[in-house]
Amino acid sequence: MAAADGGASARKEIIQTALILSGLTAFEFLIAFIWKDVGAAIGVEEEFAKLMKNLLFIILTLFKAFYIVAYFMHLKHEIRRLSVTIVLPFLFIIWLIIGLMLEGGYWGAGVDAEQTTLNKVEMVEDNA
Amino acid sequence: MADVSVDPKALSEGERPIFQASWGKLFMWFFLVSDAFTFSGLLIAYGALRVRAGSDGYNWALPEEVFTHAPILHEIFHIDAPLVFVGLMTFVLILSSVTMVLAVEAGHRKSKKEVQKWVFWTIIGGITFLSCQAYEWYHFISGTGIYYNAEDHRFESGGMMLSASLLEESQETAPKIVGLEDKKVIVFYPGGLEHFYENKIHGAHGGDGGGGHEEATKLGLRNGAEITNKGDIKKLLEHAHHSHDGSFVMKWDEVGKSGLEKILKKTGTTPADIASVKVYAQKSINGDTLRMVMRNGYEITYPSLIQTLKKPGVKVDQEGHIAKIEEDGYYPSQGGASMYANQYGRKAFANLFFFVTGFHGTHVFSGVILLIILYLNVRKGTYEKRGHYEMTEKIGLYWHFVDLVWVFVFTFFYLV
Repeated sequence: MAAADGGASARKEIIQTALILSGLTAFEFLIAFIWKDVGAAIGVEEEFAKLMKNLLFIILTLFKAFYIVAYFMHLKHEIRRLSVTIVLPFLFIIWLIIGLMLEGGYWGAGVDAEQTTLNKVEMVEDNA
Repeated sequence: MADVSVDPKALSEGERPIFQASWGKLFMWFFLVSDAFTFSGLLIAYGALRVRAGSDGYNWALPEEVFTHAPILHEIFHIDAPLVFVGLMTFVLILSSVTMVLAVEAGHRKSKKEVQKWVFWTIIGGITFLSCQAYEWYHFISGTGIYYNAEDHRFESGGMMLSASLLEESQETAPKIVGLEDKKVIVFYPGGLEHFYENKIHGAHGGDGGGGHEEATKLGLRNGAEITNKGDIKKLLEHAHHSHDGSFVMKWDEVGKSGLEKILKKTGTTPADIASVKVYAQKSINGDTLRMVMRNGYEITYPSLIQTLKKPGVKVDQEGHIAKIEEDGYYPSQGGASMYANQYGRKAFANLFFFVTGFHGTHVFSGVILLIILYLNVRKGTYEKRGHYEMTEKIGLYWHFVDLVWVFVFTFFYLV
């Protein structure tokens, strides 16, 4: 890695990555603050706008993760089999995410331990 | 990795290093993969619990509102600044990652002075981040207060861990009570109201304490009135319905029959009284008010709201408005963390929030310790003598990983 140019190109890459990461984070802030108003201005349904916002945040996060791992952690410059060895196990994580997100809605269905029993008088009236 | 010489003979299996990275770095990678699995597990558990909680918006914390304090803005100006402080923390960590990778790069050139400089700045970044987290946690633990806006009778979060439902609830209960006016339901509490909730808080079944259906010696009403006459109790319970939480309920139109009105009149309860808003305090064993029960059955557990409602000047009028709070104001919380009540909204959210951000903070702390050791060794010339700065790379990997985890924590706890 001791580059012939005294590390100038490596430093350039670092600065570029840093700028990208800062830019993405700043963009996330902007979204967090203005998304609601923009959505309202266009006339999008609130639930849908929220879903899109979250999706966008997750995509941006994955971008940031990629830049950190690839450039700061240098994985892009390691030989291929090392990077594959490290990245492949995360297929299991993807599987777990898909699994639990899909099943999460059914988990503990009908048993809501955290709902206090006192919340609503209306509930009582069903018995009456 | 020309700098890092690996002796093929040192490898017990295979003739050549298949990853062309030193064992040290390789095992740091393997450790990080396993650590990433730990964090993934926690974050996915968080996601699943959140999906489970449903998406009607009242069941989970508002991510942007989780922490709305910022130094100076909060202490001096009492201004809410959602996300600002957490955003600052994010930038600090990104910057420290940049200085770290610059240290690694300087290490490749074996420039002791530069490595020393960049490692130093990375340590400063790490300590700054930890201090920020200490500020945040201090505010969570000591309780963060609430703003009351007198003009539109609204309670606003003053920067706290807040579930949307709690905020809604406090807005609902304080200014406007829905539903009860037309429904007019009377609820009787065996053993009296205080006793009933005492039992609830300590986990006993509400009905047990005051005696069951037959043996009840006292019935409490939400307005604080109590009925102790045996004949009256019997008559009331004949008409009342047993509810699922151990109390007894009766619709107002059922009261008209068989002299029940008279019984209620004796206690001073009138129809107008029933429609009005009253707040009842539930004390914990050390005398703090734990929760208040509104006339319509809503509960308030948020400490500073309780504190507000307990102020002597506060009265609630018959339309259900809090009539006597006249000033806008900041009501500092008297509560904060306690062993008796959960002040942090939805339990699953609070548990994972504190665990995951705390666990990440622990990683940052370990990272700072490693960096300090690295810094001292660089200064001493340990790596100069060794001929390479590979230790910087290994600790650098760890430090970037910490940054990486924060990127996810930030997204899932404060943004999404």
